[in-house]
Amino acid sequence: MNDKDVTTKSKEPEEKKETSLVKEISGSDRSAWQTILIPLLAVFTGLVIGAIVIVVTDATVVAAYRNFFGAPGYALKATWDAVAVAYGSLFAGSLGSPAQIIESIQIYFATGDSAPLLKAIYPITESLVTSTPYIFAGLAVAVGFRAGLFNIGAEGQFFMGALASAFVGYSLEGVPWYIHLPLAILAGILGGAIWGAIPGYLKAKTGAHEVVNTIMMNWIAFRLSDWLLNGPMKAQGYRPLTPQIEASAELPRLFPDPLRFNIGFFLALIIAFIVYWLLFKTTTGFEIRAVGANPDGATYAGINIVRNVVLAMVISGGLAGLAGTSQVLGVDHWVGQGFSAGFGFDSIAIALLGKSHPLGVVLAALLFGTLRSGATRMQSMAGIPIDIISIIQGLVIIFVAAPAIIRWIYRIRVDREEQTVLTRGWGN
Amino acid sequence: MENSPQIQTSSNKRTRLITGVVLIAVGLMMLLLFGRNLEAGQLATFGLTPALGTQSLPIPDLTLPVGPAIYALVLITIFFGAWEMARGIKSKGWLIGIIAFCFIAAFLIWATRGKSFSLIGVLSSSLVRATPIALAALCGVISERAAVINIAIEGIMLMSAQVAVIVATVTQNLYLGLLAAILAGALVAAAHAFLVIRFKIDQIVSGVAINIFATGATSFISSRFLEKNIDMLNNSGTFPIISIPLLSKIPVLGPIFFENGIIVYLMLILVVVMHIVLFYTPWGLRTRAVGEHPKAADTLGVNVFLNRYVNVIAGGMIAGIGGAYFTIGSVGRFDEVMTAGKGFIGLAAMIFGKWNPIGAFSSSLIFGFADSLQVKLQILRVPIPSEFLLMAPYIVTMIVLSGVVGRALPPAADGQPYEKA
Repeated sequence: MNDKDVTTKSKEPEEKKETSLVKEISGSDRSAWQTILIPLLAVFTGLVIGAIVIVVTDATVVAAYRNFFGAPGYALKATWDAVAVAYGSLFAGSLGSPAQIIESIQIYFATGDSAPLLKAIYPITESLVTSTPYIFAGLAVAVGFRAGLFNIGAEGQFFMGALASAFVGYSLEGVPWYIHLPLAILAGILGGAIWGAIPGYLKAKTGAHEVVNTIMMNWIAFRLSDWLLNGPMKAQGYRPLTPQIEASAELPRLFPDPLRFNIGFFLALIIAFIVYWLLFKTTTGFEIRAVGANPDGATYAGINIVRNVVLAMVISGGLAGLAGTSQVLGVDHWVGQGFSAGFGFDSIAIALLGKSHPLGVVLAALLFGTLRSGATRMQSMAGIPIDIISIIQGLVIIFVAAPAIIRWIYRIRVDREEQTVLTRGWGN
Repeated sequence: MENSPQIQTSSNKRTRLITGVVLIAVGLMMLLLFGRNLEAGQLATFGLTPALGTQSLPIPDLTLPVGPAIYALVLITIFFGAWEMARGIKSKGWLIGIIAFCFIAAFLIWATRGKSFSLIGVLSSSLVRATPIALAALCGVISERAAVINIAIEGIMLMSAQVAVIVATVTQNLYLGLLAAILAGALVAAAHAFLVIRFKIDQIVSGVAINIFATGATSFISSRFLEKNIDMLNNSGTFPIISIPLLSKIPVLGPIFFENGIIVYLMLILVVVMHIVLFYTPWGLRTRAVGEHPKAADTLGVNVFLNRYVNVIAGGMIAGIGGAYFTIGSVGRFDEVMTAGKGFIGLAAMIFGKWNPIGAFSSSLIFGFADSLQVKLQILRVPIPSEFLLMAPYIVTMIVLSGVVGRALPPAADGQPYEKA
């Protein structure tokens, strides 16, 4: 080892720094641009197929096509209208109208009246509010993927985290916020972590597959919450809800009342950075990724598989619990039945779309948060069931997992077929 | 290395001691839970003849004195624990089976004290409730024997459940509904097969994506069409109960096995047929070869891809029948997400049944029993919240998967895409 060697070695990373982030996500330089292109095309294709579903299930459009040769213009217009109304209300519901925002800013500076401005940014803040738990939950699934584990149980972990936070939130009274809020957050992390640790431990010790076990833990969480919400944790009244949490446990909101935007969003971004640092800059993260990439190699290198598998599931569960916590402490302030519906599957889609990288997860979560938040408006304005989003999600997952399909549709050339191995059989 | 046999025996002795102590503890716990505060001379009555509408010859009810029966079961448990400690019992499966039986029996006798409980009702509804689980498990067995993991069973069942009820309602013909469900199952399974065989997607990711898609698509159709036109689209009625002449007259067995809907019979036939096909036909041999060592099978002229396609699609048809059970086999209408994890429980049954059709069927019966007991216990007003009883099948699944009752190995190539050299 002479000095020259050292200098050339230290120079190398410097040159590659620009592409390093993309490289980390994709694993190679060659397919760097495809790393970004393929998820985008996957989402685009998903939306197109979603539009087709909307059109073929729309009675007006179908009626117009019955008379296609009589009035082809009308049929095409009906098609366009159906899609435009649906996706138009989807995006108006999630982003608001730019014109209105600019106008309200002008009003604010001219008169100091903030009411129109708050009204105009309401849809965007709502999208960010919806995205917040998705960031946490997407990170949860991503950490699992990095360790070669498929955590489908984010939904149950989310619910348990939410219940634990709510319990701390309403049962402690007269505690200052700087003690109460951290305690409530910790309780949420713990609730999720325990729910993740059980399948993790079973996987590490007995090889019981985490996919089935996390799903079973989901159902157990639902039944447990049914019992808790109708019994020990039920508030006064008829509905199965927990009591409202104390103000000292709430995540502070940044705007006056109809706007629910709170510091949970920034917390999510900080946590995303911490997860990035943990996975890529620490020994623990290296070990977790090594176990995921090649368990045999990791064993040979002296890495403790059992410890890392359990640790990854604890982190994953804790993050999913945090998702529930952010929803309870920041948005709802209580927990009710069906609180977590569809959450686990959404977070899987987000982690896959974000290629299990924290930055990718944040972007994917923003996208899905926007879609979900707009879908509520789409349901009320265009009468299209919110479940269309699940259809699009399923398709997006397939397209992201099988880039070959996207390449085939859009005729994208590729030098070599890459393969993503995320999970391994039944864990034998 | 020379010492290894001795180490083996000493570690065996230790496990035996631990198991024995645990079993004795279970016995004492039974005594503590069920053996206290019993009134002298109390009786528990177990009905063995269905109350109404049955062809079976009536037989007298089984009446047990509560106290002595529970003490006897406790003694049996402790006896087996002691025997395990002292001498060791070879078959752990049997041991755990016996202890589980004693525990459940003691629990049931305790819960039924001073009341009457239709045992035949629980047993016959166990078979009915085991039906979708068994069909899901059979779907899993046939796909995984060809080394394709099918986690999409839940989604396949959900989609075919909906297709079945819509077709049956529109055509006013339940058999067409069943046929449509089978076709729908085949179609979704073909999509899964195409994605994992042609595009080599991670098999579990593909399964999850199909499940999400199925949940979304069925809920979408349900809220867009079915809810508005219940009578025109979502009200099919159910398959009638068919009593098999003579056989249904047999006491106990008759009402359980020979008075059922067509789907239950189909399931029972499929178990036998699949066992024969897998283990006594050239196709079965090829399938197993493809699952264990596809390269070797390929070298000997087996078309690995074709074999996998056929098996996965056949599995989809079976899961399609399972889906039809949920709607036209039991309630006659579709509710959102009505499969409630049964597809995954079926996978657990498949693993517990060691990738064998008969094993998968037997373990489905255990899940079916847990499910049906949970319903009947609510009628007995057992002082346990019903939510906890509802958790039972899921907890049983997890215990089973942890390999408490002996580990089984999946087909060697399970989950791996095949790359033709």
